[in-house]
Amino acid sequence: MAADATALDHHAHDDHGHHDHHQTFISKYIFSTDHKMISKQYLITGLIMGIIGIAMSLLFRMQLAWPDTKFTIFEIFLGKWAPDGVMDPSIYLSLVTIHGTIMVFFVLTAGLSGTFSNLLIPLQIGARDMASGFLNMVSYWLFFLSSVIMVSSLFVEAGPAAAGWTIYPPLSALPNSISASGAGMTLWLVSMAIFIASSLLGSLNYIVTVINLRTKGMSMTRLPLTIWAFFVTAIIGVVSFPVLLSAALLLIMDRSFGTSFFLSDIYIGGEVLHNQGGSPVLFEHLFWFLGHPEVYIVLLPALGISSEVIATNSRKPIFGYRAMIASILAIAFLSTIVWGHHMFVSGMNPFLGSVFTFTTLLIAIPSAVKAFNYITTLWKGNLQFNPAMLFSIGLVSTFITGGLTGIILGDSTLDINVHDTYFVVAHFHLVMGISALYGLFAGVYHWFPKMFEGRMLNKNLGYVHFWVTAIGSYAVFFPMHFIGMAGLPRRYYSNTAFPYFDDLADVNTMITIAAIITAAVQLVFLYNFISSIFYGKRGPKNPWKSNTLEWTTELKHIHGNWEGEIPHVYRWSYDYSKLNEDETDYVIPGQDFIPQNIPLQPGEEEMNH
Amino acid sequence: MIVFLVLIVIALFAVAIWQMSKIYALSKGNSQGDEGEVANGKDNRINAKLMVMFMVFLYFLMFYCFWHYSKFYLPEASSAHGGKYDTLMFISIAVIMVVQVITQFLLHFFAYKYKGEKGKRALFYADNDKLEFIWTIIPVIVLAGLIIYGLFTWSDIMNFEEDEDAIVIELYAQRFNWKARYAGDDNILGDANVRFIEGINQLGVDPSDSDGSDDVVTTELHLPVGKQVIFKLRSQDVLHSAYMPHFRAQMNVVPGMITQFSFTPTVTTAEIRETDYMQEKMRTIQEIRKEKNKELAAAGESTLEAYDEFDYYLLCNKICGSSHYNMQMKIIVETQEEYETWLKGQKTFSESMEN
Repeated sequence: MAADATALDHHAHDDHGHHDHHQTFISKYIFSTDHKMISKQYLITGLIMGIIGIAMSLLFRMQLAWPDTKFTIFEIFLGKWAPDGVMDPSIYLSLVTIHGTIMVFFVLTAGLSGTFSNLLIPLQIGARDMASGFLNMVSYWLFFLSSVIMVSSLFVEAGPAAAGWTIYPPLSALPNSISASGAGMTLWLVSMAIFIASSLLGSLNYIVTVINLRTKGMSMTRLPLTIWAFFVTAIIGVVSFPVLLSAALLLIMDRSFGTSFFLSDIYIGGEVLHNQGGSPVLFEHLFWFLGHPEVYIVLLPALGISSEVIATNSRKPIFGYRAMIASILAIAFLSTIVWGHHMFVSGMNPFLGSVFTFTTLLIAIPSAVKAFNYITTLWKGNLQFNPAMLFSIGLVSTFITGGLTGIILGDSTLDINVHDTYFVVAHFHLVMGISALYGLFAGVYHWFPKMFEGRMLNKNLGYVHFWVTAIGSYAVFFPMHFIGMAGLPRRYYSNTAFPYFDDLADVNTMITIAAIITAAVQLVFLYNFISSIFYGKRGPKNPWKSNTLEWTTELKHIHGNWEGEIPHVYRWSYDYSKLNEDETDYVIPGQDFIPQNIPLQPGEEEMNH
Repeated sequence: MIVFLVLIVIALFAVAIWQMSKIYALSKGNSQGDEGEVANGKDNRINAKLMVMFMVFLYFLMFYCFWHYSKFYLPEASSAHGGKYDTLMFISIAVIMVVQVITQFLLHFFAYKYKGEKGKRALFYADNDKLEFIWTIIPVIVLAGLIIYGLFTWSDIMNFEEDEDAIVIELYAQRFNWKARYAGDDNILGDANVRFIEGINQLGVDPSDSDGSDDVVTTELHLPVGKQVIFKLRSQDVLHSAYMPHFRAQMNVVPGMITQFSFTPTVTTAEIRETDYMQEKMRTIQEIRKEKNKELAAAGESTLEAYDEFDYYLLCNKICGSSHYNMQMKIIVETQEEYETWLKGQKTFSESMEN
C-alpha cells in the first residue's frame, strides 16, 4: 500500500510541476485548494476578526472603568447606540456577546486551529496536501461567509445579539425581551450554523489526512505533538459541534415556528405565551456539551504548538512524549463529560453536580502532567529565546495560573458564590483566552517563514510585543479574581447601581488602563506582521534548526510541497542534542538536531520513547 | 494607595518599554551579522534576565493583590453553611497558591538558568517514568482530598433536611425586580402560574386555591435570624439568578420550573453593621462618594444618593435584559419578634385582591 501511495505521489507531483504556471490570480489567491494558501486565508481572516473582537472589549472596558464619562469614541463607533457618547445598556450587552463569540469561535477556533492544522498537518506528516483540497477550500469559504454574516449583524436596526455568547433562551428566543433578540439573533444563529458546517468539513479533512496520508515511516508514535493535538482537536470538534448545531436548530424552531423546546410558562410584554413544557435547562445542556469541549478545541492546538516550539528552542526532546499524548487523549475524553460544571446552580439535580465535580477535577491531573513536562523540558536545556519560545513559556505560565483557579470553579460548592462573577472572567481569560492567544502568536512567529516563503518576523519587535503583552495581560486578569471574590457579577453594564461596589471602581480603572496598553502593543505585532510579509528578512531554509518535515521543503511554495519524492521518516521528531555511542559528540558531529528524514546512523539506537 | 498601584503598573510598563527600546537599539547595530532574525547569544542573555524580572513582577503582583485587594473579599458568611464554604475556599486557595508559587518559580528560573549559549550542550533527557509517576500521583492525592471534602459540603448544602419550623418563601423574578411571597399562617404557598397573572396579581397566584389566600407578597426580603429558610424560586419571563453573596447562596431562576435553595441566616443586619469589617468598608465607600459628590456638584449635576448603612442585598446574576445590572432586592435579617411584627403589617394576598 505504501508503495502504491508513493507511486501515486510521483504522478501527482509530475502534474503539479506544470500546473504552477497556469494558476490565475483567482485560483491561486482566492479559490485556492492549496493547504498553505488556505492556512494564510484562515490566519488573516482570524486576525481581522481578532481586531474587531479586541476593539469591542476596549469599548466595554472603558464603559466599566468610567461609567459616568461621555466618550466621543463611543459615538463614533456605536452611532445611535451611544447618543452624546453615553453607551446604551443594551449595546453594552451586545458588545460583550459579540466579543465572546468572535474571540472563541472566529479567532481561537478558526484562526488558531484552522490556520495551523491546515499549514502543518500535510507538511509535518509528509503529505502533498489535505485529503480533499476541495472540501478544504469549501471549509474556508464557509468560515469566511459566516464571518461576514456575523460582522454584518453588527449593523442591523435593532442591534446585534445581546444574550451573552451562551445565548441562553428565553432571552435569545423572544424578540420582545430585548430588541437585539430579533434580526441580530437570527443572523447570529445563521452565522454559527454555517460556522459549524465549516468547522466539521475542516475537522473531517484533518482526521482523514492524519490517518491516511502519513509518509512512509511516520508511525503515530513518531508524529510531532502538534499533529497529535490537531488530530485530537478535530475529533472533539466532530463529536461536539453537531450538538451545538442541534441546539441552534431547536432554538430557531422555537423562535420562528412556535415550538416549545426551551420555553414554558412565560409572561412577557403584557401577555402569556402559549409555549408550554420546554426547559431552558435543556438548552444549557446542549450548549455546554459543545461549549466545554470548545475550551479544549481552543486550547489543545495551542498546547501542541508550544510543545513543538519549546522542544525545538530548548534543543531537547519534549519530556515524556508518550505521557504528553496520553494527557491529550485524557483531556479530550474528559472534556466531553464535564459540561455540567457550567450548570451547578442552574437548578439541575444536585447529584449530577457531584458527578460533574468529580469528572471536572480529574482534568486537573493530565493538565498538571503537561505543565510539569513543559517545565522539565526546559531543565538543562540550551534555551534559544526566539519570540515563539517566549510566547510558549508565557503560555505555560498563564495556563498554570488560569488552570489552578479552575480547581475552585470546578468544585460545585465553591462555584455557588463565584459563579458568573469576575472570578470566572479572570479564570477563563487566563486559561483559554490568553493561553490560546499566546499559542497563536508562538505559531505565527515560529512558522511565519514557512508561510511567507522564508521571510521572517522582526525579532526585536517580537520581544517588545511579548514582554508588554505578558505584563499587561497579568495586570488585566490577575486583579479580576479579587473583585470576583468581592461578589461582583459579570455582564453588568455599570456597577454604580450598587453603592456597595464603589470601592472596586479603582481596580476596574486600573484593569482598563492595562487593557488599553496591552491592546496597543498588539499594533506592534500587526505592523511587524504586515511589513514582514513584504519586507521581512529572508532566513535559511530551516531557521530554528528543527527536526520536523516542513523544514525540508524549499522556501518557494509549490503545490505538492516537495519538489521530488516525499521524504521518508526514520525517527521521531524530537532527536535534539542526542549524543553518539561514546558520548563524545552529537550523533551527527557538530549538529545538535537530527531531522526526521535522516536514517539511523551507524551504532545509533532508536529511542523507545 | 490605588493611585500608587496605577503608578507602579505604569512605571513597570515604562521600564519594560525602555528596556525593549534599548535592546532594539543595541541589536540593531550588529544585527546585519550572523543570525538575522534568529535569537543570538545576546538575545538569550537579555531575555533570560527579563524572565527573572518578569518573575519578580508576577510575585509582586500576586503579593500586592493579596495584600491590598483581599480586603474586598466578602465578610464572614452570614449563613450557617457559609462557614464551611469559607473554610473550603480558604483551603483551596492555599493549595493552589502553593502550587502556583512553586511552578512559576521553576518555570521562570529554569528559563533563566538554562539560557542558550554557544557551544553549550543540552541534556538529551526524554523520559523518566518514576518522575512522571510522582507528579501524576501527587495531584491525584491532593485532588482526591479536595473532591471528597467538596462533595460532602455540597451535599450538606444542597440536600438539606427540612427543619420543622422552616420558613418557605417564594422568590419571584420578573424583569427587572424581585418579589418575595411568604407562605402565611398555613406555611403552604398557594399554587401559582403565569396564566393567572392579571392586574394586581402580578405573581399569578391561583385565586381559587385557598392555600394562597394568606400568602404575603412583598418587595423586601425579611428573614428571621437563626431559622432555616427554604427558597422556592420562580421566574415570570427569562432566566435570572438569585445571588445573595453574603449568605454564600445562589440559584438560577428558570421559567417553567421551580428551583430551590436553603440556608439559615446567622447574622442580623444590625449585627453586621457593627462589625469592624463593615464599618471600615462603609467609611471607605462614604469617602469615595463624598469625593464624587464634590465633583458632581462642581459640574452642576445632581449628587449621589446617600449610602449611610449597609443592607444585605439580592442581585440578579444571569443576563436578563438591558436593566440586568440593576435588578436587586433589599434583604433584612432581624430577630424573630421584629420579623413577626413586620409580617403582620403586610397585606395578605386575599386582602390585596379585595381592594
